[in-house]
Amino acid sequence: MNNIYNVVIAGLGGQGVLKASDILADAAFRAGYDVKKSELHGMSQRGGSVSSDVRFGPQVWSPMVPIGEADVLVVLDETQVEVNRTVLAPNGVLIGPDRLDAAALKNKKSLNVTLLGALSAHLPIASEHWLAAIHANLAPKLHKLNEQSFALGRAAAGAREAAAV
Amino acid sequence: MSDSSQLLSGDEAIALAARHAGVRLGTGYPGTPSTEILETFDRLGGRAQWSPNEKVALEVGLGAAFGGARTLVTMKHVGLNVAADPLFTAAYTDLAAGLVVVSADDPGMASSQNEQDNRHYARAASLPMLEPMDSQEAYDFTLLAFDLSERWHLPVMLRITTRVCHSKTIVRPHDAPVPGEAIGPEPGFRRDIPARVMIPAYAKPAHRRLRQKLAEIAAWNDAEGPNRVFAGHPQVGLIATGIAAMHAREAAPQACLLTIGLTYPLPLETIRTFAAGCERLVVLEEGDPVLLDALRAAGIPAQGKPEQYRFGELTVARVRRILAGDETAEPAPPKGKPPELCQGCSHRGVFEVLRDMNCIVAGDIGCYTLGVLPPFQAMDTCVCMGASIGVGLGLRHVLPEEEARRVVSVIGDSTFVHSGLTGLAEMVYNPPATGHVVLILDNGTTAMTGQQEHPGTGRTLNHDATGRIHFEDLARAMGVNNVHVVDFQAADGTLEGLLKDLLTRSETSLIVARQPCVLAAPKIRFYEKAVADRSAACPSQVVDD
Repeated sequence: MNNIYNVVIAGLGGQGVLKASDILADAAFRAGYDVKKSELHGMSQRGGSVSSDVRFGPQVWSPMVPIGEADVLVVLDETQVEVNRTVLAPNGVLIGPDRLDAAALKNKKSLNVTLLGALSAHLPIASEHWLAAIHANLAPKLHKLNEQSFALGRAAAGAREAAAV
Repeated sequence: MSDSSQLLSGDEAIALAARHAGVRLGTGYPGTPSTEILETFDRLGGRAQWSPNEKVALEVGLGAAFGGARTLVTMKHVGLNVAADPLFTAAYTDLAAGLVVVSADDPGMASSQNEQDNRHYARAASLPMLEPMDSQEAYDFTLLAFDLSERWHLPVMLRITTRVCHSKTIVRPHDAPVPGEAIGPEPGFRRDIPARVMIPAYAKPAHRRLRQKLAEIAAWNDAEGPNRVFAGHPQVGLIATGIAAMHAREAAPQACLLTIGLTYPLPLETIRTFAAGCERLVVLEEGDPVLLDALRAAGIPAQGKPEQYRFGELTVARVRRILAGDETAEPAPPKGKPPELCQGCSHRGVFEVLRDMNCIVAGDIGCYTLGVLPPFQAMDTCVCMGASIGVGLGLRHVLPEEEARRVVSVIGDSTFVHSGLTGLAEMVYNPPATGHVVLILDNGTTAMTGQQEHPGTGRTLNHDATGRIHFEDLARAMGVNNVHVVDFQAADGTLEGLLKDLLTRSETSLIVARQPCVLAAPKIRFYEKAVADRSAACPSQVVDD
């Protein structure tokens, strides 16, 4: 399964976890991959823990990311990091809300898309597909804000990589 | 990726297929994980309706199918219990057009009160059952279900599970029908009394006809059913259904695998041939050992799963454990934050009152079931839709008087319409010596499943104005002694004072605590404005409320 990318996005109900995974899955789909996305709806609207799995590659079977096999774990709420950490592969990447300078975030509601920007630096999906997916999954009046948020997250990830070199 | 391919959930794929199959009417009752099917069908331009409950939805669907219209009926697994009465006898009838009944099961109970395995219903009702493993099969099997239903003139069940309903996978649809082109039969009445009137004289031959149909379908399933073989090493042969087939393929890519799409009646000869080519045969199925038992009854030696894997969903990791015969304890899943009543939710104040008054609360199914959790812990029973009233009455009948006077039945507005009316009739007909108090928490929507309309909101599935049932009028007409409406404000003590008074009386009482769901309120205002705007533009279409 080495040619399959496994991403888990987690947070609390109302934070836009499912919207973020919709955008990621759509971007991967537009990039020509086989894609599967899985989560449980229902109780998620009541403020509880929510997580969503997205897998893409040449051919994906199960829609669920097995424990210990996530390449990237994106977490929108600090309290949900430990709850979800077991899903990460040994060399997996954790992208938490502490990745960002909260002050730079123009709108708290776009945290999900900002973290997708940071995620995008780790995935082989071209920017054009990300932007198309953002447009397809959000109302037109939200496009500009979320494009900026995405760019902010992507730049932050880039700066981090540069610092690490 | 072809131009027409789409990334769809299983629910969305079924809705799209229903449109492509020319379905003329979709009926159902909201229930996770099935709700999005009819909502998507409506959004795609189909005609969809929420019924008061699943039994009525299936009866309306059956009538439509008798009238020659392709019909889709959707519900969650426990909804099929409510619809079981029409289902079992509908199986005896001959339909004029395709009728597909979707049962969305919830192994693992992501949002349900039990994890019953509705594959048992196919065998019990003698109806064919299709089980897709992804959204593509959900699409394909919906089309196939209508074909089978019309070829054998009987309802066909499409059983899906939470993971198939809510996972998005790529669907390559067939060509959409040309607009205006008729698909399927044309509605019209054709009298056929022996096929539709199930008195014993007609039902006896109908039962034999049904068994004959099943024998033919089993032969068809062997000859050309939607079953697939993935070649592999013959040491281990796997037979899997539904989402388990996907986990199997990932967990054991080297094994040969037979996936079965039409799981009742089974393609036993196909399975026998497959089994003969494997040294060891393992059945991978979520829930009860339905398939395993059927194979063993047919004399096909097969292994199942250890008992611990009967509970909850299967995963790739669990399938690996099953294949390794691993019966050690599984790692506990991480404890996330549980759901809770929203901040600002009107139910919060009600449960504070019930808690502080030390009431014995017979509860029901909906968001307000969360009143059982801290800081309220103000619910003592919750079993099924509508049970709050009957259970509350039963408690009242037998408890010592001082305890009986603390019993209150709490039920939501949508749940009350679903199956609370007969409970109210029971209260009027067999009142306990201490009387009783029923509290309807009317938040103006079916909140738990995502804010769907119901007959108490006065709006249709797509939020147009329609007739509305007023609970207070209904209760008065049914003969309830005291009927009160509280426009609920937690702070002013109205509810508490009223409850104290009614609990001391030995009379039947109904309180409607009314305040819109905080999440739904802005949408409700929007719908009401849209209705007002439309009626202003075209006064003749105003629906009298």
